[in-house]
Amino acid sequence: MMNTPNVKAESYKQKSTFFNRRQRTIFIIAVASIFLVSVVLGGILIDEERITTSLNSRNLIPSFEHIFGTDWLGRDMFARTIMGLTLSIGVGLLGAIGSVIIALILGMIAATMGNVADNIVSWLIDLFLSVPHLVILILISFMFGGGFKGIVIGLMLTHWPSLARVIRAEVMQVRSAEYVQVSMRMGKSRWWVAAHHIFPHLIPQVLIGFMLLFPHVILHEAAVTFLGLGLSPHEPAIGIILSESMKYLSSGMWWLAFFPGLSLLLVVRSFDTIGSNLRRFIDPSSSNE
Amino acid sequence: MRRFGRFILFKGIKMATLLVAISFISFLLMKNSPIDPVQAYIGADMLNVSPEQREEIAEYWGLNDPFMVQFSNWSTSVLSGDLGTSMIYRIPVSEVIGERFTNSIILMLVAWSLSGIIGFVLGVVSAMKKGTWLDRLIQWYCYTLASTPTFWMGLLMLIVFSVWLGWFPIGLGVPAGVLTEDVTLSSRIQHLILPALTLSIIGVSNVALHTREKLVDVLESDYILFAKARGESGFLLFWRHGLRNIALPAITLQFAGFSELFGGAVLAEQVFSYPGLGQATVDAGIKGDVPLLLGIVIFSTIFVFAGNLIADLIYYIVDPRMKEKRGT
Amino acid sequence: MLEVSDLSISFNQYISGLKQQELNVISSLDVSLNKGEILAVVGASGSGKSLLAHAILGILPSNANMSGSIKYQGEQLTKKRQAKLRGKEIALIPQSVNFLDPLMHVGKQVEASVNRGNPENIRKEIFARLHLDEEVNKMYPHQLSGGMARRVLLATAIASDAELIIADEPTPGLDPTVIEEALKSFRELADNGHTVMFITHDIESALTIADKIAVFYAGTTVEVASTKDFSGKGETLRHPYSKALWRALPQNDFTPIAGSQPYPDELSTGCLYAPRCELSTAECFKIQPVMRELREGMVRCIHAT
Repeated sequence: MMNTPNVKAESYKQKSTFFNRRQRTIFIIAVASIFLVSVVLGGILIDEERITTSLNSRNLIPSFEHIFGTDWLGRDMFARTIMGLTLSIGVGLLGAIGSVIIALILGMIAATMGNVADNIVSWLIDLFLSVPHLVILILISFMFGGGFKGIVIGLMLTHWPSLARVIRAEVMQVRSAEYVQVSMRMGKSRWWVAAHHIFPHLIPQVLIGFMLLFPHVILHEAAVTFLGLGLSPHEPAIGIILSESMKYLSSGMWWLAFFPGLSLLLVVRSFDTIGSNLRRFIDPSSSNE
Repeated sequence: MRRFGRFILFKGIKMATLLVAISFISFLLMKNSPIDPVQAYIGADMLNVSPEQREEIAEYWGLNDPFMVQFSNWSTSVLSGDLGTSMIYRIPVSEVIGERFTNSIILMLVAWSLSGIIGFVLGVVSAMKKGTWLDRLIQWYCYTLASTPTFWMGLLMLIVFSVWLGWFPIGLGVPAGVLTEDVTLSSRIQHLILPALTLSIIGVSNVALHTREKLVDVLESDYILFAKARGESGFLLFWRHGLRNIALPAITLQFAGFSELFGGAVLAEQVFSYPGLGQATVDAGIKGDVPLLLGIVIFSTIFVFAGNLIADLIYYIVDPRMKEKRGT
Repeated sequence: MLEVSDLSISFNQYISGLKQQELNVISSLDVSLNKGEILAVVGASGSGKSLLAHAILGILPSNANMSGSIKYQGEQLTKKRQAKLRGKEIALIPQSVNFLDPLMHVGKQVEASVNRGNPENIRKEIFARLHLDEEVNKMYPHQLSGGMARRVLLATAIASDAELIIADEPTPGLDPTVIEEALKSFRELADNGHTVMFITHDIESALTIADKIAVFYAGTTVEVASTKDFSGKGETLRHPYSKALWRALPQNDFTPIAGSQPYPDELSTGCLYAPRCELSTAECFKIQPVMRELREGMVRCIHAT
């Protein structure tokens, strides 16, 4: 017989695995979400006393009592990290929502208001992509004299271009669809068409776009804050923690940098995982691979 | 050839409009900053300067003129090649940028080539072994790298190679007390290795994932199927048909990635106190050195644009399908 | 020379939600070829004919499951043997110009197919024979016209000097003179001792050169008949579908066949043609008939006489 044994074996294996691919996707999304929710809840609910100065427990290497160790003021690094992450997620959330709103507005304008508007928007996109992200962020932070407002506005203004392109393409595609053409010819108003046909199609794209740009926003916030141009040094931000840790690296206190950075990596990676799995789940073209 | 001229002309005009817009917006942002340039200039000596003297400085710089007058004065001098004087380094901005960029370009060049080569190889291996544990490992690694903060990777490098192993100095591009002229080549290289390594490691992920995706597409293409039908397989198949179809996109991607490269350099230079343009950018931002910051914005825009232009040019010259489009 | 029996090919596919489904594209297909013969496999587009070619060459996609047997020169074609024979003894003429590497000169791609002798000389000789200008040598695939592309694809097969040539839809979209020329070169190949499997949806051009015709329907062969059986009102044909196909031609009755071919995911367990067949009885819907010999041909129908 021709039938090649390993082909058969492989397809058999696929059927007998505990999870199939889609169930695994849901599982991954769930795990990542639970992790992120517990970080945020932890940051909100954590006992403030954990980060008060305690001179008896300064510069402690990680142990069961202080799993991330303590800093030069005896503050628990785990508590500081969780609070810093929560703050970063919060700032990132503002920045990401702002970016999504800008992307939505400009994407819709480009797709619906004619050629001139389309050209202007694409010129704007070129404009924002032609200067390195970090330089724009520094510039905008500088304009606001640093601090919370500067960084949030900077983040909003730098992450919209790719999503705006996606939305523009999506709106154009929906608009050219037959059923939309029909309802326009039947005299439905622009707003009716937008509310009933265009928005429902945009929701999944916007959701995916949001989840995919969120991690970038968080990373950029941490980077700018680390450089000293973002959140103020009095805030317990993750970028501040890491930038402070530099002073103590030479004295061998590696845990000051290692654990907070690793936690940031995990948070960013979790958001990214949720985003890409969500896309795989919603966007049918990538699900049959 | 005439079409090529038109192509260059079109790109040039686009560049010019973008530069004008960016200069204008940046200038506007700077002027609206709450940071007082006079105070930024004088710094700690503020107490010794009388309000009259401050007023004189402001007058001398034209800070009291209307915005458009200031902008036109500034842009006229920029056009004649004068970017002004850096407030923190007290030398012309063009000199600061020139000197700092020479340092940065070495760093970026090393990181750019290393990450390009390693990323390309990883992407190829991953695609050729698609579906195996090796492919999954490489993909997992790349996605994790994409989520890794550059500066944290730099800190890890410092912890491991400088603090624990003691192979490299911690910080300071030039040892204290040594004149810049006396810095030896070996010391320069020593200070270059860690930041370059950091940027290379981080930069791998984008090229690798992109190359993998391209090669997977190519391997599923009809022409690969036909090549297999003609008896080609394994490495020969990749060499003949795979490589030539994925090399161009990968090279283009690397050139189009100058923006991220610059951003990475800013962070790596800050962590390793490497005296490059990135560090100058941060200093200018923190200390309110407006002329320098404006100069860097313009320069980095040209830098990013040059990368994109090279990417376009390579496609234009190398890909036969593009040649056809421009109608030889 | 080539004997395919009981060949089935299926794919695993995700359907809505979390379910997986197996999709049968080719089911229990039988076909055989003798040396120096041209066999035309004729069927509507989208009936999975190309997969037959890919299965013989062993280049099915990895998510395909395959069962049945393929014998080449009396010996089982295993994966290993397929890999050895591909391009040397068995050559493919693919469907379209997309099967050529877009970034490689076409001449080089023809030369790469040569197994014996000096590649450049052989390529030049074949180009001359197929009326391809020498300047085509340095062209990229996207620069070729439709007719040139066909001839280049044909040239790759001739260059390989393979025993068995499988041509997958080599004629669509060409003007009649080019088709005629292409068909002529297939006949020449067969007359020189090569064996040709000619996969097409164009029954007329198949009839002009083939010795035997295999009629393909919904993933399987329903009849194998000699070319001369396609004559008159199709009385000598065996299967109702072949007859209907013959009568649907413009120069015959031009009567279209009612209904449409079933998709791979809606195949019944009985005779696949039964829902559209005039002769169908309750029995036809129960089990799929087996291929049987009838009047020096083969047919898959319980009513055929």
